[in-house]
Amino acid sequence: MNLYNVIKEIEKVDPEVYERLDGRRGALKSFSHIAGRVAAVSLPFLMGSMFKKAYGQTSTQIVGVLNFALTLEYLESEFYKKGVSTAGLIPAADLPGITVVRDHEVAHVAILRATIIQLGGTPVTLTQASFDFTAGNGSMNGPYSTVFTSYDTFLAVAQAFEDTGVRAYKGQAGNLISNNDVLTAALRIHSVEGRHAAYVRYIRQKRGATNNKPWITGNDAGGIPGVAAVYAGEEATTQAGVVITNINGMSISANAASEAFDEPLTQAQVTAIVDPFII
Amino acid sequence: MENIKKNNEDSLLEEIELSNVSRRKFLRFSSLFGVSVIAVGSIGGLTGCDKDDDDPMAINLGSGDTGVLNYAYALEQLEAAFYTQVITSQYSGITAAEVSYLTDIRDHEIAHREFFKTALGANAIPALQVDFSTVNFGSRASVLGTARAFEDLGVSAYNGAGKLLTDVNNLLIAGKIVSVEARHAALIRELITPNSFGASDVVDSNGLDVVRTPSEVLAIAGTYLKSALNASNLPTS
Repeated sequence: MNLYNVIKEIEKVDPEVYERLDGRRGALKSFSHIAGRVAAVSLPFLMGSMFKKAYGQTSTQIVGVLNFALTLEYLESEFYKKGVSTAGLIPAADLPGITVVRDHEVAHVAILRATIIQLGGTPVTLTQASFDFTAGNGSMNGPYSTVFTSYDTFLAVAQAFEDTGVRAYKGQAGNLISNNDVLTAALRIHSVEGRHAAYVRYIRQKRGATNNKPWITGNDAGGIPGVAAVYAGEEATTQAGVVITNINGMSISANAASEAFDEPLTQAQVTAIVDPFII
Repeated sequence: MENIKKNNEDSLLEEIELSNVSRRKFLRFSSLFGVSVIAVGSIGGLTGCDKDDDDPMAINLGSGDTGVLNYAYALEQLEAAFYTQVITSQYSGITAAEVSYLTDIRDHEIAHREFFKTALGANAIPALQVDFSTVNFGSRASVLGTARAFEDLGVSAYNGAGKLLTDVNNLLIAGKIVSVEARHAALIRELITPNSFGASDVVDSNGLDVVRTPSEVLAIAGTYLKSALNASNLPTS
């Protein structure tokens, strides 16, 4: 295997391959000389690492992120499907809006599945039976045991899911930066989750959770028990080293500073939050 | 290694190019605050009257991540100026709840504006002059209708700008802001028409929110800006 010739071949279909690898042709050429002195057996490994550098996150990594997102979308879509189909749960005034949320989540499941398949991956498949929306880990008698008999409990769980979803997508954006199409689609889902979160929070505020505004104030959990982890870290008032409270002499309270920026969660944090809901 | 193109409309991917490369992403790490190769090309906001631009006095947003952040800074200036005027000249019949919501939003937009100004430092474009002559600040319908347009525009702008950024830290900041803009958009929409937070004019049948390129966004925003902007050096992918 002549590494330099391989690169030359790639250059025919991708003139920017040198840019991707190093940005300077000379450096790459000298790398090829070094590679020439490396035992042949290690060349594929070297090349794998070079191409990963050149072409960024692998499809496998991106599929992993998308399957994580798909799991959350299943959680939400099965939740709203059950809620919308439960007679007497959702008041008539809110039913059109909750139905729109359901339709979006069902669409997210479909588009994530299609994308994972297109990337050569295998989408996870989950059903209503995969979830315990009482957060009972399968006991069906967890802390939100009235989730489909009390509209307020239903909304509380919905708010926790939506705010978690916003934070989950935000936490994964950087892992998709190498793929413009997937990144843009994920961002477009992310902002829809933000709309959902604001809508559910707005309904809850009107129903009596008076401090529960459409945006997240500090790490306030909006009166929902057991969801501190959903809001942990949202109280941040410094962004990229810039103190937002009273920034540049403006009258910006700590509450407003925290509300103005939503915060990410890691995959591990999100998994811990949703674990009681997944059987 | 030919490019693979697929036309499955149900997929996120309009085009898969090898393993989906963004042209500049891997070797150019320009931090918001560091001296960077990208910033060199965009010293200050008033440099250069790009020859492709019709208006030689247009404010040049710059290139690379700096240009994208100046683009966001311009939109935040517009929004902050709008809500500042909404609160100082409140429309007739405004409710206490509406004053509270709109005051919060004003403060969020000021926080965004001042964040970008501080983060961009010497690379920041100057303060823009706005033109709200088409807005009737005494009318609830005019104010909320304009607010809805601005918030949906902001969401679409950030959704379109994500792929233009090369630094994951800048992408994260954009992500932290766009979901707040989406929250604003949803609330304003609920104030206008119940259950319209994500209506089909902004969220498509795949459940994807609206997305616009900088040129599309600036064509709309231009109605409200006296200052002309030159976005010709912004990245396109």
